[in-house]
Amino acid sequence: MIEPVKLEYKIRGSDFINAGEASSGTKKALNRLGVSPAAVKRAAIAMYEAEINAVIHADGGEAEVFIYSDHVIIRIIDQGPGIPDVSLAMQEGWSTAPDIAREMGFGAGMGLPNIKKHSDDMSIETEIGKGTTVTITVRFQV
Amino acid sequence: MKLSECVDVISANVLVTGEDMDLDVHVACGADLMSDVMAFSCSTNQMMLTGLVNPQTIRTAEMMDVKVVVFVRGKVPDRGMLDLAQEKGICVLSTPLPMFSACGILYQNGVKGKGE
Repeated sequence: MIEPVKLEYKIRGSDFINAGEASSGTKKALNRLGVSPAAVKRAAIAMYEAEINAVIHADGGEAEVFIYSDHVIIRIIDQGPGIPDVSLAMQEGWSTAPDIAREMGFGAGMGLPNIKKHSDDMSIETEIGKGTTVTITVRFQV
Repeated sequence: MKLSECVDVISANVLVTGEDMDLDVHVACGADLMSDVMAFSCSTNQMMLTGLVNPQTIRTAEMMDVKVVVFVRGKVPDRGMLDLAQEKGICVLSTPLPMFSACGILYQNGVKGKGE
């Protein structure tokens, strides 16, 4: 099996100026590897929403990206407060984001639903007081 | 509608020249909520009109392959945002018109919303 291309990024908490750098770097890498524009866009949007979530809710975290020949796995790992009720957090419009997130155009309860919508698979591991890992898979062929 | 014609009809200032000023703009969206812009990955929005002035508008445009960002009501982003747009090859306009009027005029001139 061919080894995947691995990318790693630090996500800084409450840094709304640079938030999105990890997703931007990943988008560039996928484009460079010749992945279809539609798949690149889906991966970029899903990762960007997850990255923003880590900035807003968890004082940042890390991003790990594994690019295979036919899919990409994106993992956003934080040591934030955890999500008490994942099914509630998955509902469009449900939000616990502070005002600063809304001032940036986010925090309207669309983040997790948008990630789900744009990925082929999404899983959330979360523990209260320990953190959350969101794993996103986007396949390149529909 | 050509991008240069869009600039004229909404009396916009060009703050950052994009990669392609001859771009034919067919589809646009207007939103202050960036998550709303990103709710549709299949969209082919080439232009985003917004009243929200912060770096995440440029980032959202980048993720969505939006080529032109129009700030309404005469809002002008800071140097950092303009530099970011320049780096990403995104054209930035500022129009004195409010959101509703700017969208209406563009629509009247043939720029449509997603799926129309």
